Amino acid sequence: MDLKGRRCSEAWPKSRLGNDSLKTLTLDLEPFNQFNSLQQNQKWNGPDNFDYGYRIATSYSEVNPLPAPLSSNPDNQIKTPSQVDKQTIEALISASKLQDWDPRTMLSNLSFLEQKIHQLQDLVHLIVGREGRAVGRPDEIEAQQQQLVTADLTSIIVQLISTAGSLLPSVKNTLAANPFVGQLGSSSGVGFPHILDANDAMQQDNGGSKVSDHSDQIEPPSNCRHEQNNGGQSNPLVSTIEEHDPKDEEDAGEGENLPPGSYEVLQLEKEEILAPHTHFCMICGKGFKRDANLRMHMRGHGDEYKTPAALAKPQKESNSEPMLIKRYSCPFAGCKRNKDHKKFQPLKTILCVKNHYKRTHCDKSYTCSRCNSKKFSVIADLKTHEKHCGRDKWLCSCGTTFSRKDKLFGHIALFQGHTPALPPEENKVSSGASDLGGSSEVTETTQVEPTGFNFSSGTSNVGSIQDDVDMKGNVDDPTGYFSPLNFDTCNFGGFHEFPRPPFEVSDSSFAFLLSGSCNYISKTGGASGSDALE
Amino acid sequence: MKRQKPVECFNPFEFLSEEILFTILDCLDENPLDKKSFALVCKSFYIAESRHRKTLKPLRSELLTAILNRYPCITHLDLSLCPRITDNTLIVVSALCKFTLHSIDLSRSKFFSHVGLANLVLNCSSLLEIDLSNGTELTDSAAVAIAAAKNLEKLSLARCKSISDSGIGCIAVGCRKLRVINLKWCLGVTDFGVGLLAVKCKDIRSLDLSYVPITNKSLPSILQLQYLEDLVLVGCFGIDDEGIATFSRGCPSVERLNIASCQNVGHVGLSSLTNGARNLRQLILAYGSPVTPALAAALQKLSKLHSIKLDGCMVTCTGLQAIGNCCASLRELSLSKCPGVTDEGLSSLLLKHKQLRKLDITCCRKITHVSIANITTSCTSLISLRMESCSLIPKEAFVSIGECCHLLEELDLTDNKIDDEGLKSISRCSELSSLKIGICLNITDEGLTHVGMSCPKLIELDLYRCAGITDLGIAAIARGCPRLEMINMAYCKDITDSSLISLSKCSRLNTLEIRGCPSISSVGLSTIAMGCRLLTKLDIKKCHNINDVGILPLAHFSQNLRQINLSYCSITDVGLLALASISCLQSINMMHLRGLTANGLAAALLACGGLTKVKLHSSFKPLLSKPLCEHIEARGCVFHWRDKAFQADNSKGWKLQLEDMP
Repeated sequence: MDLKGRRCSEAWPKSRLGNDSLKTLTLDLEPFNQFNSLQQNQKWNGPDNFDYGYRIATSYSEVNPLPAPLSSNPDNQIKTPSQVDKQTIEALISASKLQDWDPRTMLSNLSFLEQKIHQLQDLVHLIVGREGRAVGRPDEIEAQQQQLVTADLTSIIVQLISTAGSLLPSVKNTLAANPFVGQLGSSSGVGFPHILDANDAMQQDNGGSKVSDHSDQIEPPSNCRHEQNNGGQSNPLVSTIEEHDPKDEEDAGEGENLPPGSYEVLQLEKEEILAPHTHFCMICGKGFKRDANLRMHMRGHGDEYKTPAALAKPQKESNSEPMLIKRYSCPFAGCKRNKDHKKFQPLKTILCVKNHYKRTHCDKSYTCSRCNSKKFSVIADLKTHEKHCGRDKWLCSCGTTFSRKDKLFGHIALFQGHTPALPPEENKVSSGASDLGGSSEVTETTQVEPTGFNFSSGTSNVGSIQDDVDMKGNVDDPTGYFSPLNFDTCNFGGFHEFPRPPFEVSDSSFAFLLSGSCNYISKTGGASGSDALE
Repeated sequence: MKRQKPVECFNPFEFLSEEILFTILDCLDENPLDKKSFALVCKSFYIAESRHRKTLKPLRSELLTAILNRYPCITHLDLSLCPRITDNTLIVVSALCKFTLHSIDLSRSKFFSHVGLANLVLNCSSLLEIDLSNGTELTDSAAVAIAAAKNLEKLSLARCKSISDSGIGCIAVGCRKLRVINLKWCLGVTDFGVGLLAVKCKDIRSLDLSYVPITNKSLPSILQLQYLEDLVLVGCFGIDDEGIATFSRGCPSVERLNIASCQNVGHVGLSSLTNGARNLRQLILAYGSPVTPALAAALQKLSKLHSIKLDGCMVTCTGLQAIGNCCASLRELSLSKCPGVTDEGLSSLLLKHKQLRKLDITCCRKITHVSIANITTSCTSLISLRMESCSLIPKEAFVSIGECCHLLEELDLTDNKIDDEGLKSISRCSELSSLKIGICLNITDEGLTHVGMSCPKLIELDLYRCAGITDLGIAAIARGCPRLEMINMAYCKDITDSSLISLSKCSRLNTLEIRGCPSISSVGLSTIAMGCRLLTKLDIKKCHNINDVGILPLAHFSQNLRQINLSYCSITDVGLLALASISCLQSINMMHLRGLTANGLAAALLACGGLTKVKLHSSFKPLLSKPLCEHIEARGCVFHWRDKAFQADNSKGWKLQLEDMP
């Protein structure tokens, strides 16, 4: 099973969990200290806080079912929740500095979120129902469904975090009645182990029952494990606290000179980053990259989606309140774009995250069909490359290619020993020519090809000359005309016996100039000259 | 062998050491025949001669194997007489010469590719010089092959139009020791290639970038070359004042700068030379911006400047005056074809520069005897004076030239009013080696006789259309100037065979032009052929009386003949076939040969293996079979098909034209 498939399986356990388990799931996401006393109407504030953790947890629950208590958490158990913790805390802290709490806005936000969660719930119901019908469905649809839910959850989380961000100041002033907020506020870091606790419990609850069914699909993905190992080796609680070293935050905004803490850092999981679509139709499940496209699509599902309200940009409500600047962190531990990095440089948008993650941490699976050498992990990069591929390709001897000549020459000027490399087409041609040239003495050819003629007056070549003449067929006696050898035997009407110059030496007649303009060649022609030379 | 042995014992020559033989050979450089004779003395002389020879200029590439075997110590191989050099030839050369070869000239050869070059470079690792000029078919692959020559110091790629920046880049990276590089007419090269060359090859002394499409961007990196002495930027239209201003950052090593035909460079840019190029010795601004006081001021502080060429520039009087005032002490000045040169301007300049050695005022049609008077009074050390077509100068002025400028070696008086008196006076310049008095209609045998008597060092004499010259004058020259190498007697109608008979004593004669001398016959030509064995260029166009009888001895004796113009002569197939046996022959011009048939022509073309250029009437084109033409062209010969009508005799027209001229 390839990596993608694995991702699907690890992140999509709940589609197989059945209706009941789904309920349990969602209910598990209730405020942490009371997740056993489930109330349907409260489930909205569950997933948004620790959705990441939740999903990861579910996947791992099937890998290695764990006992609930926090103390027995294995080392590699979920770094991500701690990250979420951190995010939330950061958000809360920063919010406390900057904003006042407007309960009405909060209310509208919460109700919006509630709606969204309901929608999601419906969707999951739908999926569950379908699955029941078609057992042997291909993985593709599963993946789609998984992505669908993932995307929705993501947006919910984002929403909730931003909502929660506006909460914190009120916490400081008035101890809120909301248990969730209260908990966050009162025991900032301490509250989060509960989250983990809750996750673990949940894993046990829903995981235990189904593990046997899906064990084949749920091999621990190496990527995830790697992350986990990089993450909190020790107790996640400790790591959480350590990670709040103020220095980290100072460095965070360096790239764009944002003062530390003036923005909130969000971190998406790699599954979300790699999902091809982020917006899904809750009716047919079709995925879209853009929300607007989804809204356009929704019109086809009925008149209720054609109202201006339905077509309006949903974000507008949340925009009405002054928002914190959001910045993103790469989930890859050790990356400079990861918020744990000492010189952390945040990414500006989700799109940046996606492109960064694919370019830096993924295989380059898209190969240019023209050159078959350049590989890309982002399809847009491939398309950009293909526009220029084959047209003025600038190669260096080191193998680096450049789309622009000045870049190549700059590169060569910079490095010792690098030279411009000729484009492969020319090399092919030239290698062909080398074959031609390499085949020494061409005497057999009768073609009228430049290389076919070797006019050294050696007798071996006369044959070829004759052949050539025969081909032309316009001269009666080819040898007489074409061979330069016969000229000294020609009788030029009585002038043949012209006296020879006295100085002429017959033994060594060189047909070349000796240091200047003089020449010793005897009248007997080139052939005798060549014969005379040893 | 058996017979030789006893002889060997008593042969005193055998005991001479190689060192002594080499010293003797060093003295035999003047006449190549001497070395030939030397080699024939005995075995040891033969071997010594073989080992002594360092340079070789073969006529035929076919014999290279044998020649190179005989001469193992060849360091310089000049293949410019071999039009067809294939990859195989180069492979043979590389295998035989190996490490000894330092220099190879392929500037006139075609049909080789990067394969041969790669072999050459691989085997001859001590190659220092390669001349690949005119290699229009050489591509970047060839450049890549050259780039493997790590020790290369001198490279010419003039007119290698297919070589691009990538190729130059490879050479720049590979040949780090380059000192002299010529990229003239390399139209595929731009700023990138030149920039890289300047970055990588720090030892460059001389850089020729004429007509290369570079811009100002190249100059900063070029001028960072700390040893650069010679920079040629002729016809670089992309370079303007802004680019030349880069010089102000300093380039003290530059001694010679040629920015001829750079129309966008004016005095603003040149003023920066003052700051940066302090050691500038020669500046060529030909066909550039007008010479004004501002331009002269820009050159003011160049204290070492001793040569300025302003050919074809618009010159103002004040500009010349300013140049006279600013430059330190000029040795060379060229104002050839400068419109606007007047007596006033030239005189003020000449008065300041009394050290002038070379002066070119060709076609300065406004100057009169005033200028000549200034030249003769102030510039008495002139060696070279070129003043063709200075039509306002009266004949008396030339007398003063002869009286004052005794050191003259080169004098061009073509198309002037000089008469016998002037020529008599000029004959006092006993050092004279080159005298051009073509179209000087006032001179007669009398003047020429004076030259013949007093100028024994004369090498070149141009008497083109000197209608007053007869056999007497020529006889005087032939008697008094034994070193004569070139003589042009074209359209001297009164010249007869006796002139040629007297000239046949000038054994060094290599160029003879007797075009349009109808009295000359085969007799004269055959005497020349027998007497002047070094003849390489011969023009007998419109010598109607020359026929096969004259050509046959020519073909027999003038084995060095390279160029011949036979047009309008009475020559038939026989004569042409005889000529074809001259193995050196490269260029034949044979328009309107009445006795020529297509078959004779075909046979001659085939027989003459070294031909590179043949000029023929286009009526022959359909008569020659196409494969034959292709075959001849494959040997490296180029056909020039001309469609000129037969001209009966245009001399009358010319005379009328001359009479019209005042």
